[in-house]
Amino acid sequence: MQRFSALSLLRHALTGHRGWRPQWRRAAPADAYDAVIIGGGGHGLGTAYYLASEHRLGRIAVLEKGWIGGGNTGRNTTIIRSNYLFDESAALYDHSLKLWEHLSQALNYNVMLSQRGVLMLAHTVHDVQVFKRHVHANRANGVDNEWLSPEEARRFCPPLNIHDIRYPVLGAALQRRAGTARHDAVAWGYARAADALGVDIIENCEVTAIQRNAQGAVESLQTTRGLIRTPRVGVAAAGNTSVIMRMAGVRVPLESYPLQALVSEPVKPVFPCVVMSNTMHAYISQSDKGELVIGAGTDAYTSYTQRGGLHINAQALEAICELFPIFRRLRMLRNWGGVVDLTPDRSPIIARTPVPGLYVNCGWGTGGFKATPGSAHVFAWTIARDEPHPINAPFTIERFRDGQLIDEAAAAAVAH
Amino acid sequence: MLLINCPYCGTRPELEFVYGGQAHVARPPDPSAVAAQAWTEFLYMRDNIRGVHAERWRHTHGCGRFFNALRDTTSDRFIATYHSGETAPGAPAGDVTATP
Repeated sequence: MQRFSALSLLRHALTGHRGWRPQWRRAAPADAYDAVIIGGGGHGLGTAYYLASEHRLGRIAVLEKGWIGGGNTGRNTTIIRSNYLFDESAALYDHSLKLWEHLSQALNYNVMLSQRGVLMLAHTVHDVQVFKRHVHANRANGVDNEWLSPEEARRFCPPLNIHDIRYPVLGAALQRRAGTARHDAVAWGYARAADALGVDIIENCEVTAIQRNAQGAVESLQTTRGLIRTPRVGVAAAGNTSVIMRMAGVRVPLESYPLQALVSEPVKPVFPCVVMSNTMHAYISQSDKGELVIGAGTDAYTSYTQRGGLHINAQALEAICELFPIFRRLRMLRNWGGVVDLTPDRSPIIARTPVPGLYVNCGWGTGGFKATPGSAHVFAWTIARDEPHPINAPFTIERFRDGQLIDEAAAAAVAH
Repeated sequence: MLLINCPYCGTRPELEFVYGGQAHVARPPDPSAVAAQAWTEFLYMRDNIRGVHAERWRHTHGCGRFFNALRDTTSDRFIATYHSGETAPGAPAGDVTATP
C-alpha cells in the first residue's frame, strides 16, 4: 500500500503526480473464501477491514453488485452524531463516533471528519420536552449534548431565523462532537486498507442465490460471476437486504423507502454547522466545496428505484427557506435518492440469523452513515466469533418477537 | 408525484392518498390464541418485494376508502388497482396471500 504523508505528496508533486497507482486491486472472485460480505458500501467494506485487521480471518471477499460506495454511502448527507435517546443506541452510535475521531489515522486516509456541531431545532413545546429529555439521557450516558436558548442557537448559527417564521425556534439541542465527514472517502479508505490486508473487493458481482447444506448452514453463493464457496456470509446490503435474505429463507422486519437529498450551487463559506429540524423536516450543512447539502424526507411508499417525488424535495426547500432566508435565491444543482431499509422501531439489526453462518447488518434506515465504523466493527466481531459484541447484543431480529424494541422511532419520529 | 387510480374516484395525484403498506396481511382472528412467532410475523415481518408488490392505499382526501394496488417497486409503475377483499388480478397463485 502506498502510504500517504506530507513527504509522499511532496515527492509526487515534484514528479507531476504521474506516479500514483490505483489504491486497491481489481480482484476477480476466487472459488472459496473464509468469509464473504455482500454489499460494498461503507458498512460492508469496513466489516471486511475489521475482519482482516482485528480478527485475522483468512480469505475475505466483498461482493458488490454495482461499484463500491455507489449506494447509500455515496447518497447520504454525511451527518455524524451520537445523541440518541436509549442506552443501547447511545452506546452503539457513540462507539462509532469514537472510531470516527481516529479513523483517518487508522486508515492512513483522510475521511475529512469535521466536528462542527449538529444543532437540532425545537419548534414546539413537545420538541422542547423531547430534546431536553435527550440532553439529560445523553449526559447520563457520557454523550455530550447541551440545550441552547433560541438566541444561543442563533449565535452558534448566525443565518438561522428564529422569530419571523411559521414555527418559531424555541430552542435547540447541540452536540459539539457531531459533524460531517467525506462520504466517498470512507468507502475508499476502508477499501484501500482492506485490500492491503488481502481482502478481495469484487465489483459488478451480484448474488443470485444462497445455497445451504443438509444442516441448513450456508455453503456457497451463486453470483453473476460464478459460484463462491464460503461458510460465513455477512449481509450489508441496505435497501436490498430483504431480497438477499429471502434467498436464504429468512424474513426480516424491513421496508425499503426512497430517501432524497439535494445540493445547491457552491457559495462561499456561510454556514458553520449542521442544522436539523425534525418538525419542519429538513436538514442542512455546507460541504467543503461550498454546496449546501440538504436532506429531505422519505417518500410515502416502498420502492427500489433510487428516486422519489419532487414534492418531497420542494417541502424540504420550503422549510430551508423559512429557517434560512439568506438561501432563498440559491439554485439547486442536483438531486438524487437512495433506498433505505427501515425497521419498525427505526433501530438497526446487527445479528446472527436463524441460518448458521449467515449474519445480517441492516435496518439503518435514514441514518446509517454516521454509524459506519462502529457498525462495521461490531459486525466483524459478530461474524468472526459467531456471537454478538456486547454493544450490538440488543440489536437482534428476535427483539421484535420478544418485545425488546429499541424505539428510536418514537424518540425521533422522522428521518435521522 | 405518482398518479393513482382510485377504484372509486378515478385517477388522482399521490398527495390525496395515504400509503397503507403491504396488502393481504391477515390479522389472526384470535390474537391471544396464536404463538408469539406468528404474531410477530403479522405485526412486523414484511415481504418488501423488489418487483410487483401488492399494497394498500387509502384515498384520504377523496372517498376516504381503502383499496389495493399492484405496483412494480423497481419502476413505481402501477399495474392495477382493485377493491379491498379481492384477490390481486392476474397474480400467480401463492404470490400474494388472499384475505379470508
